[in-house]
Amino acid sequence: MISEPGRAWPDVPLLFERSRPGRRAGRPPRPDLPAPEVPAELRRSRPPRLPEVSEPELVRHFTALADRNFGVDTGLYPLGSCTMKHNPRVHERFASLPGFRDLHPLQEDEAAQGALELMWRLQGMLAEIAGLPAVTLQPAAGSQGELTGLLLMRAYFADRGEGETRDTIVTADTAHGTNPASVTMAGYKLAKVATDPRGNLDLDDLRRLVDERTAGLMLTNPSTLGLFDEGIEEIERIFHDAGALLYYDGANLNAVVGISRPGDMGFDIVHFNLHKTFSQPHGGGGPGAGPVAVRESLEPFLPVPRVVREGDTYRLDFDVPKTIGRVRGFAGPFGVLVRAYAFMRSYGPALREMSEVAVLNANYLLARLRDVYEPPYDRHCMHEFVLSARGLKREHGVTALDVAKRLMDYGIHPPTIYFPLVVPEALMIEPTETEPKERLDDFVEAMRAIAREAAESPEVLREAPHGRPVRRLDEVRATKELVLRYDFGELAPALSG
Amino acid sequence: MSYLSITDADREAMLEAIGVASIDELFAQVPEGVRLRRPLALPPALGEAALARHLEELAARNVHAGVELSFLGAGVYDHYVPAVVDVVLSRGELLTAYTPYQPEMSQGVLQAIFEYQTVICELTGMDVSNASGYDGCTVAADACFVARHVLPDRPKVVLAETLAPQVRQVVRTYAPGFGLEVVEVPHRGGVTDPEEVAAAAEGAAAVLFPQPSFLGCLEPAPALAAAASEAGALPIAHVDLMSLGVLEAPGAYGCALAIGEGQSAGNWQSYGGPHYGFLAARGELVRRLPGRIVGQTVDADGRRGFVLALQTREQHIRREKATSNITTNQTLLALAGLATLAWLGPQGLREVGETCLALAHYARERLPLEPAFEAPSFKEVAFRTPIPAREVVRRARERGVHPGYALGRDYEGMDDVLLVAFTEKRSREDVDRLAEVLAEVCR
Repeated sequence: MISEPGRAWPDVPLLFERSRPGRRAGRPPRPDLPAPEVPAELRRSRPPRLPEVSEPELVRHFTALADRNFGVDTGLYPLGSCTMKHNPRVHERFASLPGFRDLHPLQEDEAAQGALELMWRLQGMLAEIAGLPAVTLQPAAGSQGELTGLLLMRAYFADRGEGETRDTIVTADTAHGTNPASVTMAGYKLAKVATDPRGNLDLDDLRRLVDERTAGLMLTNPSTLGLFDEGIEEIERIFHDAGALLYYDGANLNAVVGISRPGDMGFDIVHFNLHKTFSQPHGGGGPGAGPVAVRESLEPFLPVPRVVREGDTYRLDFDVPKTIGRVRGFAGPFGVLVRAYAFMRSYGPALREMSEVAVLNANYLLARLRDVYEPPYDRHCMHEFVLSARGLKREHGVTALDVAKRLMDYGIHPPTIYFPLVVPEALMIEPTETEPKERLDDFVEAMRAIAREAAESPEVLREAPHGRPVRRLDEVRATKELVLRYDFGELAPALSG
Repeated sequence: MSYLSITDADREAMLEAIGVASIDELFAQVPEGVRLRRPLALPPALGEAALARHLEELAARNVHAGVELSFLGAGVYDHYVPAVVDVVLSRGELLTAYTPYQPEMSQGVLQAIFEYQTVICELTGMDVSNASGYDGCTVAADACFVARHVLPDRPKVVLAETLAPQVRQVVRTYAPGFGLEVVEVPHRGGVTDPEEVAAAAEGAAAVLFPQPSFLGCLEPAPALAAAASEAGALPIAHVDLMSLGVLEAPGAYGCALAIGEGQSAGNWQSYGGPHYGFLAARGELVRRLPGRIVGQTVDADGRRGFVLALQTREQHIRREKATSNITTNQTLLALAGLATLAWLGPQGLREVGETCLALAHYARERLPLEPAFEAPSFKEVAFRTPIPAREVVRRARERGVHPGYALGRDYEGMDDVLLVAFTEKRSREDVDRLAEVLAEVCR
């Protein structure tokens, strides 16, 4: 169900509210063997209050929850920078093949040859797309790929005796929040470079910032404004001339696969968001995968284990003396890798067409909306673009948040809002390549209708949504009162800090 | 094959609306010098049926838990995944949604995460849980980052050597960035000595220890937590969710945080991932926690609803001062965990634990090998082998049985120690079969 004004959405009780003492679903096997006593001081003293529910009620519960949720399978989901493209259902079958699903990560290499070959081939395809030779599949998400990349920089400079002197990473003021957060976690200092009037990095500002203390740059290209940095070649020279490295945040790679490779742009380290560019079910927040590709000079520092091929066999290689170590358990989020591999094998070299259509779809929306919502830059966009609702705010007191909430009533998931921070009342829109023209037209019509409503009946927007299971939610209260778990009818614990 | 939806006619109409003659014009902003002047060198596209054949061939070259009687554990376990998990994983509204930034579109996922957080708090005896971390290794690093900020004058963490080697390795990878020194406390007979912990914890922000230990022993967890607390360090227990129907909750013995790998509750082995890590803490640490946290609130009509709470901790708001860089996490896997734990209920979870205990106990008596350590066990037992354990693995696998994990891969001096896991999916007859095979191969 998408959005139905007037529909009475029943409350869905919490699992704990459905619970009845003595009711149960699963009955684990109980062998006819005595269980030893656990020493008293280690034994569970109070049973956990897990819900006590039967299987029919459990299935209804999750079905009711699904009904109150909206995914790409439900409708258009143009959440900027998240690349919410279609998830091929056959991928779920592949990940569930017993040979993959029931394979233990510590199985002997000779009994995991199919899995290792898949990973080895995936490494090769990612290397080709990155234009960089060496790949690790280990990182669990894009932000972990970022941290891995920064730790690779640390190891690289420490190895060259520059570990103490190079202590700063430059990021754009339009960067995703993960970039500065990763910089801190890697123990680096942060320097921020401004955006120029065309939406590129401000090169004068950059020249001032970069010196012998600079370890590197983190850059998304195209940027979160959906613009390809026209000065990328000069940016590359500024950093490499200073002996620093360039890190490519692959969050927006969906715009340029087969068109321009990060390695050819001069980047030394790249992370991929497999869950964006190469399609994964985002699962309400994850999982993802953030493989990293690097230049030869950084290969000795990649995480272990690495997947290597020797003749016709594959194995996990742990013998990497200068490795930064492990960044997660085992060799990588394998089920995610299976799906990404399948996606890439479906397209083959036509991945370029994927990016072309992503860019076409975004520009079509931009062209049809630019007279109603203000684009901050007068340029074609790449796979996504940013509009500002500041006109609506100025004239009708309607905000980007109101526009977003009202879109829900048109059966469309809102775009990313209030990001990037450099654009006031920002709406960041990414349709992806899998949407047909009719759905794009639906979005155009909805956005234009909302602009009319802002003038005619702004209260309808301010009170939106009207047809979802709940009306607008009080997010401030959630953070003030902090109810973070069911209270079982007791007083909630005091949360402070 | 592709998943594009644009026809030639659509393309022409769209280009006209944009006011360009070709898609190439849209890429004019990409400087000539950085463009790829050739097609990507990738294998040719496959149709769905051909792709299925290719992946089935790859999958068929793996020896999985369905074709080999496996006692392999060591961090990833072959517990039963109930079919109710498929309900969660097959509903497109849950499967294909992203992080619930827009709560009115995402009440299903938000409520489920709230329920997950409650279940994790109940099992661990903690006040707050996040919505998941990447796995049981990275949540250990996350917990160290929490401790680093809570006790900034103590730039050191203590790890029990009985923690899974991978957990320790990941903490060591992250620690330099956090400005933390890492100290390990060696095992004594498969468990950790509280007095050694007390000494090592001087000046440390945190002490991390497992329950049960990676070496298959029950740790003196309450004594370890007390030793850490008395030295002024945060005690952090790394626990197995499937043990918490029979083993004490870390909150009950004074831990500040409880973390662990969630795979055993509801996730397939899947060659190591994706799985979920859980992280729960005492209430006073809530504003330092990493990752997403869901809170309850009301809508404009006063009806109950759920939203992302405390977002001011997170990277998209706080940027370089955020409590972590986590964005994409493991929600879907955590919801599979919720479905599994609700399916089991308190009684089922206790029964799983008792079955594991019973099988492990039976194996101690039945297998023709001596336990390597005296301490009691939960679902894994380390046995001493008369020939190198890796050789036992090789020979047993030739007979269709995977007997476990050769600990010499991680611990010096343990080339003759085999770690054997017993989940509720194994039976008494399975243990008998293992005993026969071990008797043959250890001769």
